[in-house]
Amino acid sequence: MTRAPLLDVKGLTICFGGLVAIDGVSLEVQEGEVLSLIGPNGAGKTTAFNAITGYLAPSAGEIRFRGARLNGLKPNHIAELGLVRTFQKTSVFGGRSVLENILIGLHLRSRQQPLAIMFGLPSVAREERELEAEARRILEFAGLAARAGELGSALPYGEQRLLEIAVALAAKPQLLLLDEPVSGMNPVETESFMAKLAEIRVLGITVLLVEHDMRMVMGVSDRIVCLNQGRVIASGTPAEIRRDPEVIRAFLGERYARAQS
Amino acid sequence: MDQFLQHGLNALMLGGTYALLGIGLTLIFGIMRVVNFTHGELYAFGAYMMYMLVMLAGANFFLSLALAVVLGVALGASLEFTLLRKLRGADIDTTMLVMIGAWIALQNAEQLAWTGVAKSIDSPFPAAPLVIGPVSVLWNRVFVFVVALALIAATYALIHHTRLGKAMRATFQDRDTAALMGIQIGTIHTATFALGSGLAAAAGALLGPVFVAYPTMGDLAALKAFAIVILGGLGNIAGATAGGFILALAEELGAGYISSGYRDAMGFVLIILILAFRPTGLFAQKERIG
Amino acid sequence: MKNALTALWLAFLASIPLWMANPYVLHILVVTGIFIVAAMSLNLLLGYAGQLSLGHVAFFGVGAYTSALVSLGFSAQIAPGMVAAMDPKPVWSAMAAAILVAGAFGWFIGKLAFKVRGAYFVIVSISFAEVVRLVAVNWVELTQGPMALNNIPPLTLWLPGLGEHAFWKKPENYWLVLAVAVISYIVIRRLVHSRAGRAMIALRENEPLATSVGIDVTRYLVLTTVVSAAIAGAAGALYAHYVRIVDPDVFLFIYTVTMVIMVVTGGKGTLAGPIVGGLIFGLLPETLRAFAIKPEAQWIVYGVLMVMVVYFLPEGIVPAACQWWQRRQASVAAAAAASPSRPAQ
Repeated sequence: MTRAPLLDVKGLTICFGGLVAIDGVSLEVQEGEVLSLIGPNGAGKTTAFNAITGYLAPSAGEIRFRGARLNGLKPNHIAELGLVRTFQKTSVFGGRSVLENILIGLHLRSRQQPLAIMFGLPSVAREERELEAEARRILEFAGLAARAGELGSALPYGEQRLLEIAVALAAKPQLLLLDEPVSGMNPVETESFMAKLAEIRVLGITVLLVEHDMRMVMGVSDRIVCLNQGRVIASGTPAEIRRDPEVIRAFLGERYARAQS
Repeated sequence: MDQFLQHGLNALMLGGTYALLGIGLTLIFGIMRVVNFTHGELYAFGAYMMYMLVMLAGANFFLSLALAVVLGVALGASLEFTLLRKLRGADIDTTMLVMIGAWIALQNAEQLAWTGVAKSIDSPFPAAPLVIGPVSVLWNRVFVFVVALALIAATYALIHHTRLGKAMRATFQDRDTAALMGIQIGTIHTATFALGSGLAAAAGALLGPVFVAYPTMGDLAALKAFAIVILGGLGNIAGATAGGFILALAEELGAGYISSGYRDAMGFVLIILILAFRPTGLFAQKERIG
Repeated sequence: MKNALTALWLAFLASIPLWMANPYVLHILVVTGIFIVAAMSLNLLLGYAGQLSLGHVAFFGVGAYTSALVSLGFSAQIAPGMVAAMDPKPVWSAMAAAILVAGAFGWFIGKLAFKVRGAYFVIVSISFAEVVRLVAVNWVELTQGPMALNNIPPLTLWLPGLGEHAFWKKPENYWLVLAVAVISYIVIRRLVHSRAGRAMIALRENEPLATSVGIDVTRYLVLTTVVSAAIAGAAGALYAHYVRIVDPDVFLFIYTVTMVIMVVTGGKGTLAGPIVGGLIFGLLPETLRAFAIKPEAQWIVYGVLMVMVVYFLPEGIVPAACQWWQRRQASVAAAAAASPSRPAQ
């Protein structure tokens, strides 16, 4: 493709002391696509996520989003630029209500200044009402409208994961990074998540996904990048990846790969 | 130059006890993640034990010193057992608040027991100072320095050459893994708190006869111990040792060349300066968050 | 309904000086009120933003000293050849200055202290307060050191019907403190229920998640510290012009501890918590004194009380009371649902 990629990662290297967790990884995410990052456990997928979103400092390499260099920026700054991520371990504001969770996610959409807040200016109250309306719309979209008043921690697991995504969506991302969004979900929940993902695409949001559930990955992705031991070993369409001997070897071992060829 | 040497020598004498205070606190802080507000009270306790044993019971000075330390260890162990055991796993605010409550109760109990009047403790050393060329030093301070060094060395040996020490280091690095490896975290915590408290009591028992014992003496000592922990880095014994001497030197030079009133502020000024330029302390590894 | 209750409650509070004959009780109420304002400000930082700041008394003291110095006038050398001097200014402007200076102090300390987090931050916050105390003790030219600043003038306001009125008496000081407390409460409540408050709470509950949706950690922690410091400074100013003597003891760590006890036992992170805690620990000393208990024994009681509250009511009294009330409502509702035919009692 000749269009500039939305996210451009070049030569990303991350070392922890002597351990090289990520070794010269390069990948591109095109606007509007769903790109999945797969690989066995320990391949470096979440580490890559952490580096891209500012939670880890890269030891080498360049990360660019719409041309802007992300290296060294703080996570909240990266979120302002339009990259929002979810976390591998379910991460919601457990002690707050579901509605409040979304309101927190809407942080960047609000412009209230501290002084205006303290003086109780009418514009603040007006904006609060708008924010609440927007939050309820997002809850509708996520299918959580009935849960608005409940505590985040009181939700069953599947709905907590939905809440996570809803909070991320509230931050109005252009690129959404999902870290194992369906891990721990049963097949029914996974199906409904895949449908949700399709709706998210319709909104024009680009998605970078880390997942282990191969059925889901094959079902939603436009392209797949496979990592193993910190390196990219294959990248292409789902059909190409399914047949790729390196991928098979990485996931299923040497014997299976030989059996296939 | 002579004055500088004298300041340096004073700092050396004092630094040893500061190091004891700092090492004790950094162990507790580092291994147990507890903001130990009772540390100063253990220091005062050591001094008051010396007072009771030497002045009231008429016991031998050196024997009393040993006994004061042992009593400090015992008090530390019982504090940990009664107050902190149940709070295992609680967040740092909760334990901090319990420690504050304990500190208030302890200090006022000390005040009730011995009143607010400062107590002096006799020591068996000659009053005339030892003169070495241009500088002079009191014998009791030399004794304090030697004992402090011995205790620091003993602590080192404990931490680096015994099984208990290894278990403590493992718990500091990664508590969950240490527990999975079969280390009894509860025992380690009690041992750490007892050891740290014993070192604080030792510092108090050593300095009590040099200065005087009074109920609020622990407060400033605790604050300085906190300063040393920051200087040296959480859980870093070598750092705390160095920090103790650095703080003593900064105090001596500050008192000598700037103003004696600001002597006690030196530690805090140091902390603030370090924070402005090196937020992780002088020696600590980078503490990652998030 | 809620507004009516609040109005009644405020009316009751405001009426106290009209029928309370005992000036000593009024004095206790004024001092307790000042402490409540300080506790509310600490609650913002400790309770809502979740930061273990133990240097809060620094802001209170800075407010007290600033207000005192501006109203008395001062002259001190800050550098060789440079003298800072000011003529005495009206008290209301001194109080305003106190709030601004304390807030600026909060900004400075916040920017520096939040470079470290967790246990380190606790130590740093204590250190700042100690440095400020030692400066107050030693910079005698400015602060009079341990000799204290005295004869601080009371607030003088133009009141309709009374003309220029100086707040010498207890009732008017009580109303002043009540007014400041109410204003502080409103400001804090507005902040907490807004985007800024949500950001603080988010940082406390789950910092990585908060930053992932764009919340700037440093910005909000510093903002919280500035507002918290400014309100504490206001409390300090009230103190200076009521007690009319200010000495370096106002910076003692024990006062931070008192405020922390009030916030934590009352319920950190709740609006009512510091008020309940403040009432308890403001009035408790007097109650104990009535039983002729020595001050040391009093403090032992506080220490033990605090430990017990932490063990048994870890959230504080207000949340525990709310939970108890909710459970009672739920069981009453359940009982009513189970036996609908029973006649109303």
